[in-house]
Amino acid sequence: MSLVSTGTGPELSAASGTAAIEVSHLTKHFGGRTAVSDLSFTVARGEVFGFLGPNGAGKTTTVRILGTLIAPTAGSATVAGIPVEPASAAQIRQRISIMPESPGLYQRLTVTENLEYFARLYGLPGRDQRIGAALAAVGLGERAHDLAGRLSKGLRQRAALARALLNDPEVMFLDEPTSGLDPVAAHEVHDLIAALRDRGVTVFLTTHRLEEAERLCDRVAIMNTSLRTIGRPEDLRQELFTRSLAITTLAPLAEPDLVFGGLPAVRGWQRGDPAGGQAVYQLSVTDPAQAAPAVTRALVAAGADVLSVGESRHTLEDVYLQLVGDSGEQPR
Amino acid sequence: MRDSMSRVRAVIGKDLAEFRRNRLIVASAAILPVLFLVSPTTSILLVNAHGLASVGRRVDTSLFIPLLIPVFVPALLSSYAVIGERDQGTLEPVLTTPVSRAELLIGKAVAVFLPSVVLAYLMFGVFLAITQFATSPAVAAAVRHAPQLPATLVLIPLLAAWAIWVGLAVSARASDTRVAQQLSILGSLPPVALVALMSLHVISATFGLVAALTGALLAVDCAACLLVARLFDRERLVTGRQH
Repeated sequence: MSLVSTGTGPELSAASGTAAIEVSHLTKHFGGRTAVSDLSFTVARGEVFGFLGPNGAGKTTTVRILGTLIAPTAGSATVAGIPVEPASAAQIRQRISIMPESPGLYQRLTVTENLEYFARLYGLPGRDQRIGAALAAVGLGERAHDLAGRLSKGLRQRAALARALLNDPEVMFLDEPTSGLDPVAAHEVHDLIAALRDRGVTVFLTTHRLEEAERLCDRVAIMNTSLRTIGRPEDLRQELFTRSLAITTLAPLAEPDLVFGGLPAVRGWQRGDPAGGQAVYQLSVTDPAQAAPAVTRALVAAGADVLSVGESRHTLEDVYLQLVGDSGEQPR
Repeated sequence: MRDSMSRVRAVIGKDLAEFRRNRLIVASAAILPVLFLVSPTTSILLVNAHGLASVGRRVDTSLFIPLLIPVFVPALLSSYAVIGERDQGTLEPVLTTPVSRAELLIGKAVAVFLPSVVLAYLMFGVFLAITQFATSPAVAAAVRHAPQLPATLVLIPLLAAWAIWVGLAVSARASDTRVAQQLSILGSLPPVALVALMSLHVISATFGLVAALTGALLAVDCAACLLVARLFDRERLVTGRQH
């Protein structure tokens, strides 16, 4: 058994047809407070799915519902093709794993003892081999016999990740898996998630790190109690922002209206923030690839000293802030 | 069934390992029984000094006090079992595994039961050994032939089981570890109070009454397992709220 390997897992799994996670009109109230409202989405097998939102948006509640820890007030869901309901809860738990934000390790037990305990709770055969493979996958092989309480936060996070790998889950829920990790350790976790995707494991990733979501996730959902948007990061950028060209010239243009106004590919323009005497212009265009040569020719013809012409890139952070920025929660 | 037993054994093994490595628990589990042993042993050893007239009353009291060991020790340990895990963040990962409520609770109950009962019998054995070898033959015979002696031996595991289920029930519902410990000890006392009243001859300890108490405790201990499983609400434990 290899916990992390490369291969064609996702394609094979996707071919089986059933979605890894299907959520339909999921709602959860705690007393008079609505934590999750009318949430519907589907996650394909083998997909790395980012679940983003500010604190209190209902991300953890959603994970707990899908992990059969709490019951929804309304709506339905299936995980690994199994309906999320009390009768099938144990069956679902056997096929998924959840790594909460807090590692939740037994401090007085060694890393191996922690993993041994969970391997036995899952009723896994070949425990020693699985534990060894899980620890190797997260680079903790040499710390296997250290007490969990003596590990740094980053190493505890890795141990928790190893624990989540033990049962070879079909669906893995990772709640802020790189929280508290240094950049090198976070990079290793990213590689591990990418390797899991390669093997066909569906990863449901809740994170505040938007660059992490952008880098790792096939699709992302942004929620704030209810679903705000869902799609590929690239599609979301295009949906929310008009495409534009960023022009930088050595000095301000004398008559920019004359330069840009006559170009059919340019729908409008505005002056950007100047830097060090240079001038910046943002041009709203239909197709940056077609507009860029025409804009460059017009600038040259106008005698402008052109420093750069390029497509403006909106990040996932821009999308996030556009959708939930008003809530006051800032992404990391 | 095999998987279920394996999971119960896993919980027992993990909890026992944690107990062994927790100095506070080891100290509590060691000091309390010693305290409960010192008082009755001293009382019996002083019989010779005060004359044999008081031996009956002293034996009655001395055989009651060791029964506090299987109440206080498991009450303290079991009250921490669930809420302690929640406080250190280990409960949620466990609840995401296929372990059932019954498996988890039985495992935790057995993990507390074993050391508590072993400790209680050990301390009681020490008490009996001292009374048999360090006192006059008359005092030793009074202890050996005391009618409460067999009842004490039977009641030790039953009282421990009662204290464990009370402790687990409180631990599954409480929101604070200290409150859980206090409530567990309070909740464990009623059957002990009954035993105390019999030992002190306030209630006549007939064979029938002792048998009835034993039977009632046995029935309650079995029923408590089911009741505590119902009190164990995953959602409440994970979110701190009722659904």
